Amino acid sequence: MSLNKKDVAHIAKLARIKVNDDESQRYADELNGIFGMIEQLSEVNTEGVPEMAGVGGYNLRVREDNIDDGNLKDAVLSNAPQSDYDCYIVPKVVE
Amino acid sequence: MSLTSLTLTAAREGLSKKEFSSVELTQAYIDNMAQYKHLNAYITETPDIALEQASRADKRIASAQDSGLLDGIPLAVKDLFCTENVQSTAGSHMLQGFIPPYESTVTANMFSQGAVMLGKANLDEFAMGSANITSYYGSVINPWKRKDDPDTDLVPGGSSGGSSAAVAAHLAVASLGTDTGGSIRQPAAFTGTVGIKPTYGRCSRWGTIAFASSLDQAGPFARNVRDAAIMLESIAGFDKKDSTSANLPVPNWESALNADIKGKKIGIPKEYNVDAMPSEIRHLWEKGAQWLREAGAEIVDISLPHTKYALATYYIVAPAECSSNLSRYDGVRFGHRTKEIITSLDDMYEKTRAEGFGDEVKRRIMIGTYVLSHGYYDAYYRKAQQVRTLIARDFEKAYEQVDAILTPTSPSEAFAIGENIDDPVTMYLNDIFTVPASMAGLPGMSVPAGLSTNGLPLGLQILGKAFDEQTVFDVGAAIERAANFTARPKLVA
Repeated sequence: MSLNKKDVAHIAKLARIKVNDDESQRYADELNGIFGMIEQLSEVNTEGVPEMAGVGGYNLRVREDNIDDGNLKDAVLSNAPQSDYDCYIVPKVVE
Repeated sequence: MSLTSLTLTAAREGLSKKEFSSVELTQAYIDNMAQYKHLNAYITETPDIALEQASRADKRIASAQDSGLLDGIPLAVKDLFCTENVQSTAGSHMLQGFIPPYESTVTANMFSQGAVMLGKANLDEFAMGSANITSYYGSVINPWKRKDDPDTDLVPGGSSGGSSAAVAAHLAVASLGTDTGGSIRQPAAFTGTVGIKPTYGRCSRWGTIAFASSLDQAGPFARNVRDAAIMLESIAGFDKKDSTSANLPVPNWESALNADIKGKKIGIPKEYNVDAMPSEIRHLWEKGAQWLREAGAEIVDISLPHTKYALATYYIVAPAECSSNLSRYDGVRFGHRTKEIITSLDDMYEKTRAEGFGDEVKRRIMIGTYVLSHGYYDAYYRKAQQVRTLIARDFEKAYEQVDAILTPTSPSEAFAIGENIDDPVTMYLNDIFTVPASMAGLPGMSVPAGLSTNGLPLGLQILGKAFDEQTVFDVGAAIERAANFTARPKLVA
């Protein structure tokens, strides 16, 4: 497997990262090096081996759906790029 | 002896005997931070907060109030932990100026034990790196220099390079870091400090800026094993706000600390004897095994057959989780947003992320995006998760025979800033000895064990069973006693 500039442009598009032409060649070279190392996994026999998504139990705890805080309006708004009428003001994100 | 050369244990004793105050101790560290600012160990210094916390600690100590484990002790905090009302950047331009309105659980625990925060320590951007050269806020310089080459600046390891350099250069008594694939243990080895990554689930991840959620764990850097035990005791514990937090009591690791390891079985995994390892690191490893044998432990040859696949597995799993976690940085609600003219919503996302993230982060996001994308998920991500199971099984099997495992921490000593950057894979190889235990979620600690011919510190790694940090501390204490590592970087010697 070898990624070319076009593949990198596609991946970058999926990742929503702007990559110019020069960069995509460099990323292609670097990613090919990394995938060269990764390819060795193909020699491992994993037939019937379960997947491990994380450590410990797979049943995440659940909790009562209770409200345990509140009145945090100022804290919630403190990182808003802009706010007005106690609301976040953000660019239009539905096209 | 200067105040800043005291261990945490000694500083605590001096404070309780009122030989000096926390304000005096804290001021001595603030002075050191000013003097050694060129190391770039801190992104944000918080001297005002530190002195106020120190003065409150002094009042508690004076009135003999119940004091915490870290009462009046000045510490550095990796800038990956959200700290209330103090800028938290993750070493990224993306979060420059981000001021969290809440405190991470780990730092909240640290403060509830009375700690004093000197500042937020530098790190590789979003904790991605092994040399602390990917920070938007500049590289960190290791206080150690090569014996015959005092002008070349070396890396402090990474990603927690500011935290390791701060402890080694006496810019903090101890510090907090995080370890995803080795980001505490490798920098500890590079700076002659002790660093432990506890079992996954010991420390809450709540409020820690996420990189790879199934791997990220907080842990301390300290001057010795006892100090590391005190630090870990202070920050660990169940947290209902982290769904993967382990609901187990936190043992009193410090009071149980016992360097007597008679009868313990220590595994030496043959797969860690890699070709690329310099012979002096191999010899140090053999010496470490000899020390443990002389201390009464039984040395057992073991096999962890999937070791050589751990790095490849890691470079699928960690980037996959990273690409998912970092998708939140879109410039809409917080963090950096492009100021360029934009033509569409996607254009805004793409420009924002291109400007906000550095090269290493972009590489990893793209790897992750690719291995999770349609048509490649089975070949890469599912395959890696299966190999992860095999790596974890290797350890389970080994721990039927042994109580702990001894390995070198890293296959190299600290290298120069600018070395190992031509090819990302060369840099990734730094973590070959630390990544396997991360994949299995097991605890691991690096203890300084000797100096290289260049006069630089080398570490040995002790791996333990899940939730058996006590044995890791005990074996570490035995290594520490035998190694008698007293060397210090010239600037603090």
